[in-house]
Amino acid sequence: MTAEISIQTQDFNLSDEVGLLEQDNLSDGAVVTFTGRVRNKNEGLDVKGLYLEHYPGMTEKSLAKIIATAKERWQIGRVRVIHRIGQLALGEQIVFVGVTSMHRQDAFAAAEFIMDYLKVQAPFWKKELTELGEKWLDARTTDTDKAQQWK
Amino acid sequence: MIKVVFFAALREQLGCDALELALSDEITNVAQVKAVLAAKGENWQQLFANSALLSAVNHDMVNGEHPVKPGDEVAFFPPVTGG
Repeated sequence: MTAEISIQTQDFNLSDEVGLLEQDNLSDGAVVTFTGRVRNKNEGLDVKGLYLEHYPGMTEKSLAKIIATAKERWQIGRVRVIHRIGQLALGEQIVFVGVTSMHRQDAFAAAEFIMDYLKVQAPFWKKELTELGEKWLDARTTDTDKAQQWK
Repeated sequence: MIKVVFFAALREQLGCDALELALSDEITNVAQVKAVLAAKGENWQQLFANSALLSAVNHDMVNGEHPVKPGDEVAFFPPVTGG
């Protein structure tokens, strides 16, 4: 069984991750995955790339708590969260969340919940490289509001 | 002593990623640690006046009333923007 949480500079392979979620797992009929990528526009500016910083130790602890909460709330099987750090170019994968469950509703809900909480609680920070230079991103209130909806 | 660490924009603006701080009877919680740091200079005062700053003790997100004890790792950082 692989680790549930990986913080890494290297890329990940979606089909390998799905394979691990499904391997020797005949009880879960549902597999939901989310992949987040670096996009080319933000707030009207051309984005050239991202730099991702995190707080080693706290990141893993915070993600473990989010996953534990999801497991209490929904009937889910396996969970996998990968988040990349360091320098990322346009189109590169940033984050992966995969959840398996007997049924789709729990897998969909838990994957969305994990992603929404990761956005507002896990200590990652993005610095954007745009046509105007480097800029640390501001947190969005829409992300906070989205996470609040699960309360 | 406690270890205090800073991240992202705050770390860059302070020009400091970590420091050690001696505790005293007047420094028993996170808000008091913040007040001591804010007194380190004009730049520090301005940056710690930002009410959006988040804090953590031993890798758990906490608020200002959270107690600090010797050996703790206290962190201050801007709102998170991962994902």
